[in-house]
Amino acid sequence: MMFAKQQVETANASWQEFVIEALIRVMGFSTIGFVLLIFLFLLREGLPIFYKVPLSNLFGMQWYPTFDLFGTLPLLLGSALITVTAILIALPLGVATAVFVREVAPDWARELLKPMIEVLAGIPSVVLGFFGMHVVAPLIRETFGAPTGLTVFTGALILAYMALPTIISVAEDALDAVPKSFRDAGLAMGATQWQTIWRVVVPAARSGITTAVMLGMGRAIGETMAVMMVTGNAARIPLSLDSLFKPARTMTATIAAEMGEVAQGSTHYHALFGIAIILFLLTFLINLLAASTIFKKHRRGGLR
Amino acid sequence: MSRYWVQRLGFALLGLTALAVVVPILVVIGIIVFEGMGAISWEFITAMPFDGMKQGGIFPALVGTLLLTLGTALVAIPIGVGGTIYLAEYARDTWVTRSIRLAIINLAGIPSIVYGLFGLGMFVLFLKIGTSILAGALTLAIMTLPVIMITAEEALRAVPTEFRTVSASLGGSRWQGIRYIILPQALPGIITGVILGLLRAAGETAPILFTVAAFFLPRLPQSPFDQTMALPYHLYVISTQVPGMPLRIQYGTALVLLALVLSMNLVATIIRSYFRRKRQW
Repeated sequence: MMFAKQQVETANASWQEFVIEALIRVMGFSTIGFVLLIFLFLLREGLPIFYKVPLSNLFGMQWYPTFDLFGTLPLLLGSALITVTAILIALPLGVATAVFVREVAPDWARELLKPMIEVLAGIPSVVLGFFGMHVVAPLIRETFGAPTGLTVFTGALILAYMALPTIISVAEDALDAVPKSFRDAGLAMGATQWQTIWRVVVPAARSGITTAVMLGMGRAIGETMAVMMVTGNAARIPLSLDSLFKPARTMTATIAAEMGEVAQGSTHYHALFGIAIILFLLTFLINLLAASTIFKKHRRGGLR
Repeated sequence: MSRYWVQRLGFALLGLTALAVVVPILVVIGIIVFEGMGAISWEFITAMPFDGMKQGGIFPALVGTLLLTLGTALVAIPIGVGGTIYLAEYARDTWVTRSIRLAIINLAGIPSIVYGLFGLGMFVLFLKIGTSILAGALTLAIMTLPVIMITAEEALRAVPTEFRTVSASLGGSRWQGIRYIILPQALPGIITGVILGLLRAAGETAPILFTVAAFFLPRLPQSPFDQTMALPYHLYVISTQVPGMPLRIQYGTALVLLALVLSMNLVATIIRSYFRRKRQW
């Protein structure tokens, strides 16, 4: 009797475990499902634009939805200009800070810096946008004489700081993955620590640093609120030399600013979803490239 | 000896760069605290806004954000932690597992406004939930998943293999080992990940623009199917859409949002450092 009861109990337990494990598996797979769902729904609402409106219009120079002009070129260029400028600011700052934190800083400085960078990662973008509007934009206006101070440069500056936590933490991991023997070898050759850092350690971490920059770029392209609040949102082609200190408009800001006012199912509505498809594919591509360097885990020689 | 001077100069320069990263963060927080303090009062936190939001408080926005965060947690925590357990403890290194990882990395990279459109397309329109807390929480939950999963997996992987082998050698099943040995050990790390994910959700504006947010709604939501105001959206509205808004109220709202998010951040940091010191392996 005892024996039989015990057997029933174990059978029960293993049945429960089977259910739990199946559930956990489903949850693991759900992430793939979510990516597919997101893409599916973007396509569902966004694809119509590609056959409703001729391509020459879609990739034209003018975005005036009220006149049925859906030229995404100014938005694409606006996003590109702001992102590139932001990365040009963030790359040197981020890599230097990562090198400082990982290779040079005394323990107390590291203990102070890392939580501060985490704090930066946690500040909501709308708060940074608000700060940008009220503090940074007036500064830009007075320093560079831009009429409102709401310019590409203002947006890029804020974006650079938003991308920094990503860049710093990924670059730091990359530096961390460089075997200690590399550093020892550099020092043993009579190089100073400074020379070892820039001629041995950083070059060895190059692929990881590239990943860091790409992830930072993905973050910058997708940023919405802060950019919308500080770049002035003029849908013009930013190709002249002084574009940096003129307003521009990004893809993200266009969606955020206009989706609230369009009728569901209208051409304009589909056009905004069409922009979202472009954004999705862009960030997908960037992350795929970044991930391929993560997945390689290719460390050249040396023991960890 | 000159190259040692180069090194000193270089290190000093690196230190200055680090300062250039940190000082603006302190300035942002400092200015918002300094300018916002004046607006903060018991009334500001607990009163309804009135007179075109130029007077009164931010109570409904604050409650809305707390409810949204709670809803996000209810959806994101089980899926996130469950999925992570699968990845860290069960999944073998196959192409399927690699696609899951790729999916996570991609979810982490999708722009927040695209999540907003997805939420609008799927939850609000297709499933006909309407503009509501539920639709917003579901949208935010999917956005939060990768943050939780990436941190939680690190926590699970940090638990030494011996814990698993010892549990198995004592006759424990795989799930028993996870439930009674691995999870308790990894819990602080998982909680940290959850808090970091949720604080991101609490501060997001773009995903809730078209799924939840009400411009002005001076009452508390009665059910998950109601619209609500939310702090980040409220800050956006009063700083860009309402002319003549007193600056004091704008800064006060920014301060409350910042304080909410930073205090969550602080809790996460404390949990992590406390348990890291206590841990015996």
